[in-house]
Amino acid sequence: MSQIKALALLSGGLDSTLAIKLVQEQGIFVHALHFYTGFCITEHKRRLGIKKEDGSQHMNPALKAAAQLGVPVEIVDISEEYFNVLLKPKYGYGKNVNPCIDCRIMMLRKAKEIMDREGYHFVITGEVVGQRPMSQRLPILKLIEKEAGLEGYVLRPLSAKLLPPTVPEKMGWVDREKLLDIKGRGRKVQINLAKKYGIDYEQPAGGCCYLTDPNYALKFKETLEREGSITREDLVLLSVGRHLRLPSGVKLVVARNEGEVNFLSGFKNRYGYAQRKDQQGTLVIIKGVPKEEEYPLIAGVVCRYSKREPAEVIIKVKDEEKVILGEPLGDEILESFKILKGASHGVG
Amino acid sequence: MELDKIKPDVVHDVVGTFCPVPIAETSKMIKQMQIGQILELIADDPGVVEDIPAWCKATGQEFLGMYEEDGEFHLFVRKVKEL
Repeated sequence: MSQIKALALLSGGLDSTLAIKLVQEQGIFVHALHFYTGFCITEHKRRLGIKKEDGSQHMNPALKAAAQLGVPVEIVDISEEYFNVLLKPKYGYGKNVNPCIDCRIMMLRKAKEIMDREGYHFVITGEVVGQRPMSQRLPILKLIEKEAGLEGYVLRPLSAKLLPPTVPEKMGWVDREKLLDIKGRGRKVQINLAKKYGIDYEQPAGGCCYLTDPNYALKFKETLEREGSITREDLVLLSVGRHLRLPSGVKLVVARNEGEVNFLSGFKNRYGYAQRKDQQGTLVIIKGVPKEEEYPLIAGVVCRYSKREPAEVIIKVKDEEKVILGEPLGDEILESFKILKGASHGVG
Repeated sequence: MELDKIKPDVVHDVVGTFCPVPIAETSKMIKQMQIGQILELIADDPGVVEDIPAWCKATGQEFLGMYEEDGEFHLFVRKVKEL
């Protein structure tokens, strides 16, 4: 028999890494695919210059996993198509703005294209039955496969024994007996396997997609509701800074640290902005055209988040620049403008 | 190999993009190139310093080295096999 070749979906999390390991152990050649959707946490952190505690860079988990497994990895950019799916997912959102079902279908369709074109025999995923409420229930796994045109050709090594035999098992390409029967949200079996194989993996589990972040979801939904539409640029802006909505509907994005000031500076030629005349402290991006009476509020926001003292503030909207003296805004009024009430952390 | 003696066949500038875009771009370029050809990737995501060698290791390409100039990284990869 010629060499059996499988394509694997690799997020770089422990599950997809182990799934490949199990199939590799059966003498099958594995080629990994890692999909770039545009909502990657590593990208987000690097964009803002966020480093690990030891000062090193956050590494792409899929590359790290592939290097450990010794499998070739291809990074497939689906960010453009993904944007359309995100706005109108056929199967809806999960708990936040994560269109997990549509996303899985899209990735598997891409995998099928490559499989047909390059002569792979089947596809591997790290899915575990019952692990995620949205996309990993049995009927949904079947639906995803069908929609992708891969019925019977998706092998899920971690849960294979709980699922009907797939083509690779029936054909004898893989030995079903050597596959596993993991189910549910527990991680114990996987963690023990990682130890056994000496796999060093990224924590926490759950992949590298920030659409599952509840704060991000709140800001996403608020934008759609208040502005009626959302652009790809908006999606990036939503992941950065503190977001305020003024009574007129104008949105302010306030940089929270130097990394965010640098990043948001890139938007100064596209939107209005405000900052201290001496450029100390924060930068505020202004989306929309504020009313005259809102200028002191904007200056107040700048002062509140730049040393919390009165200062001269430049406000530039549509080529018109004004300099006004701002007073730091009080906490109560500030709170009323915040899109996320209370403090916000992380991607949100 | 001394880096200043390398004559890249393809130069690709991905300044302004962040992981995993520089890797995806590297992969796209390498796919279009001939075996033996050299790619020079220019990027400002400091993470490429680790990513590109790891990608080369995972895909069996040869990482020739890199240097930094004005906050931009120049990385050299020789295509040794088809992707």
